[in-house]
Amino acid sequence: MRKREDEFRVLSTTAILGYGFPQASFEAGLRRRPHLIAVDAGSTDPGPYYLGAGKSFTNRDAVKRDLRFMLKAGIARGIPVVIGSAGGSGARPHVDWCEAIVREIAREEKLKFRMAVVYADVDKRRVRAHLRKGEIVPLACVPPLDEETLDASINIVAQMGVEPLLQALDTGCDVVLAGRCYDPAVFAAPAIRRGFDPGLALHMGKILECAAIAATPGSGADCAMGTLKKDSFILEALNPKRKFTKASTAAHTLYEKSDPTHLPGPGGEIDLTDCTFTELPGGRVEVRGSRHVDSERYYVKLEGVRRAGFRTISVAGTRDPIMIASIDPILKAVEAQVRDILKAEKIAGRVCFHVYGRDGVMGALEPETEIRGHELGLVIEAVAPTERESESLCSLTRSTLLHYGYPGRISTAGNLAFPFSPSDVKMGEVFEFSLYHLMPVKDQGIFKIRTVRI
Amino acid sequence: MAQSILKAARVIRSKNSGPYELTLDIIFKNKRYYDLFRRRGIVTKKSIAALYRRPVKDVLKLLYFEPATALKITLRRPIPSGHPGETDIYGAQQHAPLLRITY
Repeated sequence: MRKREDEFRVLSTTAILGYGFPQASFEAGLRRRPHLIAVDAGSTDPGPYYLGAGKSFTNRDAVKRDLRFMLKAGIARGIPVVIGSAGGSGARPHVDWCEAIVREIAREEKLKFRMAVVYADVDKRRVRAHLRKGEIVPLACVPPLDEETLDASINIVAQMGVEPLLQALDTGCDVVLAGRCYDPAVFAAPAIRRGFDPGLALHMGKILECAAIAATPGSGADCAMGTLKKDSFILEALNPKRKFTKASTAAHTLYEKSDPTHLPGPGGEIDLTDCTFTELPGGRVEVRGSRHVDSERYYVKLEGVRRAGFRTISVAGTRDPIMIASIDPILKAVEAQVRDILKAEKIAGRVCFHVYGRDGVMGALEPETEIRGHELGLVIEAVAPTERESESLCSLTRSTLLHYGYPGRISTAGNLAFPFSPSDVKMGEVFEFSLYHLMPVKDQGIFKIRTVRI
Repeated sequence: MAQSILKAARVIRSKNSGPYELTLDIIFKNKRYYDLFRRRGIVTKKSIAALYRRPVKDVLKLLYFEPATALKITLRRPIPSGHPGETDIYGAQQHAPLLRITY
């Protein structure tokens, strides 16, 4: 028994719940007798839409498939199952969506367990109180928060750290389903509860939250195992096709972060200044020296979005070399003409052109000024306050561009090739990030815990 | 004769670092190339700003990370991820200008 406490083994199933994993890797992980099965289900990476719309960016059937393996194995073996940032964005509708899937699996598999549901939603009044005291801190490149932006924001969540998860685990639940989490927290909290070092536990969590992405060859759709010890942790792949190397692990430390040595999170940061990576036999890597440094004040990161309007798009191409040669002035002129009509009609919309073959991918960052292709792809993006207005705006822009008599035109039948009829597609609501700020918290009371018997 | 960075780098990639920043990773093939780039200061905030046609102040960070023999550069996004008019939600295709670097 004593030996068991010397290390804490964590099975990370997949980079994002719903990305899938090979059953063989999962079973290899179970054979290593993990103390925890955990998964991170979320990200802001797919953009603001999913938080705003209350929808998951992962497919329901895929999430159910991954969860079924995890719940069945965890409950049969008495291994806690912890899910972070449920439903992708981790606001209440996302958590509820995931809870319904858990209940469905429990019914189908006749599983009985206790589950803690931890919500990450933050009341606007709380944010406002801190805002008025000047305590809301914008992250890099984010505009300072004002009350108007706060009023317009929906589904505000805070990234929870390990503390609310520890509280949830202390209720003796078999499964923890958490709203928006700091990604490493779900992997680290149960280990910290057993007395392991928070710096090592969180750094291990930071790597495990991407599952086998940090192995080589990397994959977000494969399991990985982390073994936490007193003063180090060891990573290993569970698929014979992959291994962790010093290079793959260290390179992962860079991934999606602006600074690889100081990784900020709720209540502090992981300091990797003195961190070392050592290769062990069997495709394993041992990491030492990661430290957690508490910040003076405990801050959590808020995420929230506001609705920017509705979007309608139209996809078209042009093959006329005369038009391609002067595409910039043509689009500018069309936009100006459309803007005048909008003004007269009192429609508060805006139109953007995505020009594939010129700067469709990089926009303002594109250094290439010369167009080398023989054709251009165009996407008209029309955003307006109502769906109807966005449709009008798209239609108006499309028809104006189609028949625009640019200087030197000799192809007078129409300027665009449309691959589809209808040519215009309603894209629905458009959201944009409005909150990406730090807020101080005194206690963890903002994260509400509900326990249920299933 | 100037050499292409492709000779020295194993990975050149871009990705979001949150919705407001883009982060660029150049992972060198070995410590020799890493040291060469670092010592000679081949990549600077100014050269990155020029490559991406942005003001120098938009190049937020440029730092070397030895455990990964990597150079990391972080840029302010001209438009935050997913806002109207934005072109690359994940920021995963913003690395191409780095391929022009020579040494």
